[in-house]
Amino acid sequence: MGSSRPGGAGLDSAGLGVRRAIGFVAPALLLIAVFLVFPALWTLYIGITNYQLTGPAAANPRVVGLDNVVEAVRDPLFTNSVWLTALFVLGSAVIGQNALGFGLAWLLRTVRPGLRRTIEGLVLLSWILPGTVVAYLWFAVLSRDTGTLGLLLGSPQTAWLVQYPMTSLIIFNVWRGTAFSMLLYSSALAAVPPSQLETARLAGASGRQTVRDVVFPHIRGHVLTNTLLISLWTANDFTPFLLTAGGPNHRSEVLPVLIYRQALESGQLGYASAMSLLLLVGNLAIALVYLRLLRRRA
Amino acid sequence: MRRTTVFGLLGVCALLAGCLGRTQEGDQARNADAKEITLTIVANAVAGGKNARGANWLQNWVIPRFTEQQKAKGVTATIRFEQNGAGDEDFKTKVALDLKTGGGGDIIEVDGIWLGELAQAGQIKPLGDVVGNTDWDGWNQIPKAVQGLGEFEGRRYGVPMGTDGRVLFFNKKLFAQAGLPVDWQPRSWRDVLDAGAKLKALPGVTPIQLNAGTAMGEATTMQGVLPLLAGTGRPIHENGKWQGDSEQVKDVLELYREVYGGGLGDPVLQQEAKGRDRSFALFSENRIGILLESDYFWRSVVEPKNGVAKMPDRDTAVGWALVPARQPGAGVGGQDFVSMSGGGVRVVNPNTRYPRQAWEFLQFLNSAEAVKESLAGAAQLTQRQDVNDEVLAGDPMLTFVAEEVLPITRYRPGLADYPKVSAALQQATADVVAGKSPDEAAKAYRAALVKAVGEGNVG
Repeated sequence: MGSSRPGGAGLDSAGLGVRRAIGFVAPALLLIAVFLVFPALWTLYIGITNYQLTGPAAANPRVVGLDNVVEAVRDPLFTNSVWLTALFVLGSAVIGQNALGFGLAWLLRTVRPGLRRTIEGLVLLSWILPGTVVAYLWFAVLSRDTGTLGLLLGSPQTAWLVQYPMTSLIIFNVWRGTAFSMLLYSSALAAVPPSQLETARLAGASGRQTVRDVVFPHIRGHVLTNTLLISLWTANDFTPFLLTAGGPNHRSEVLPVLIYRQALESGQLGYASAMSLLLLVGNLAIALVYLRLLRRRA
Repeated sequence: MRRTTVFGLLGVCALLAGCLGRTQEGDQARNADAKEITLTIVANAVAGGKNARGANWLQNWVIPRFTEQQKAKGVTATIRFEQNGAGDEDFKTKVALDLKTGGGGDIIEVDGIWLGELAQAGQIKPLGDVVGNTDWDGWNQIPKAVQGLGEFEGRRYGVPMGTDGRVLFFNKKLFAQAGLPVDWQPRSWRDVLDAGAKLKALPGVTPIQLNAGTAMGEATTMQGVLPLLAGTGRPIHENGKWQGDSEQVKDVLELYREVYGGGLGDPVLQQEAKGRDRSFALFSENRIGILLESDYFWRSVVEPKNGVAKMPDRDTAVGWALVPARQPGAGVGGQDFVSMSGGGVRVVNPNTRYPRQAWEFLQFLNSAEAVKESLAGAAQLTQRQDVNDEVLAGDPMLTFVAEEVLPITRYRPGLADYPKVSAALQQATADVVAGKSPDEAAKAYRAALVKAVGEGNVG
């Protein structure tokens, strides 16, 4: 319809018309509806029932309204978990992966291409290996008595995953996820005009000053996008379960692990669904904050 | 457009919502005359791993024999064995999810204690409702108490797979080094702690392994809290009520504090994700002195040939003793010694396509010949009296369990709420191991219990 009018050409540049356009996107929308929208709504629905895996409430679930949400907010396990998740995201993603990723990208600009590719390859390897394999390797490194780290440090009695569960998880996740930040910052740094860096060097700016005043203004958008993505990924990451299973005594029970344990180990499907809803709301809130920051820049 | 999509999806949701928790009924004689059948048996057993003996038996003896037997009747039977090597709780989750979605094997091996919750969820049904007539000469061979393992609210759900008893295992070599008698039999908790104090002098040895914490799951309850509680004279469920933060529960938690706060046990081990397996390995390496376990430990863990933590010198190095009450006469029923028992049950999936054939297969699995074969020359408390009479004589440990332990043992309450109570007890021991006082832990336990089963059901 719009294609015939000169004014509408900008809106319908392909000249398909609304009906055909809908036809083209319908398969994608259908997939999104079936695999994304429907499960989300289904979770919402289960979240307002007392549905359980076994027992009487599995046969005849009852709608309990917002009771699950209220209970979750009052549950010390949930508050503990929110705090641990915040710590995990802040420590391993916002600070850890960001800083290490940028640091690597910045340092690798100037080294020989061969060395750079080797280091990039190694960093990437930790990112592309399957989670279960990686968890197994880390288990071997951190376990007590025969763990590699304990033997290297000469303190085989330390059970790292039990005595320092959150620290271990944060270091693990920094190691695991830095590759993405490194890649993103590498390409972002390539967009900084070399002439400006040269000028800064001639003006006698130190490395830190250059990064702060010349590089950062150019890559601010990248920093925000990167931080948003890795924050959300980390908040939803389930790999901690493979390493500590939330233990010892809930000390590393981040939200995805808590939800899994409540749903499948305790069988409280309704309660766990309400918790997933709260996690979703939390993620949306984080995303909104970042988006606002991005817009302010624009 | 967008609004219609959303409403459409909501409509679908509402339709499906009616399906939440729905289960189906079927005709018991369906496909009874089929000439080609497929049956799947699901067990938490895997060749070369967990319960390897059971897995080998199913794969190499049961399946070929039963297929042959059916062939003679003109029926082509395909029997599949779905192997699992998971923790018990994970396996339960898997079975429940299978049954919930209308899938799962035709015959499933479950822990007797799960019957209540699975039955109340409608995920399993009384055997007679699933397969029709359940007459079988084998019932006469299974003692009433053992049959009770396969029952819930007075109705039979499956055929039990045998039972067990809990004792204190100890390492005789370490006992000799510590100057303790190798025919040790403690008469009170104090005796156990005293022996632990002597063992503590040996370098690199953890004196006592008393399962604690949530990572060990049901093993904490069954090989820890419940036998101890029985030793205080008050079982966990009594007169229709669950025991709250009573003196007896506090006594049990106080014992945990003495073990883990007093350097007699290894608190870190209780919190590790694979702590139980590790405790087995440590025992077999002569690094744990005393360990409370069921005869499973003797049969499948330190067993010299097929055990998961083999001890070549098991027969001379491993001793066993009855679990003492807090002090003589303080146990349930005024007993001096106590134990707890449980066991697995094979149930028929209500969704099976071949209920009659599944029942026939179940009878075959529990025939004297099959049960005897399943032992592969080893001894075990099977469900069948005729087999027990024959096989137990050769094994002093199992004879001990049959003669000394089973007469004094108790079973867990087969109620749907039990797993929640069990989880609360595990958490209480975890709290004590992590340094909380027994009083605080008992208080938190009571709160968790009230939340799980309701104020009115807590005594």
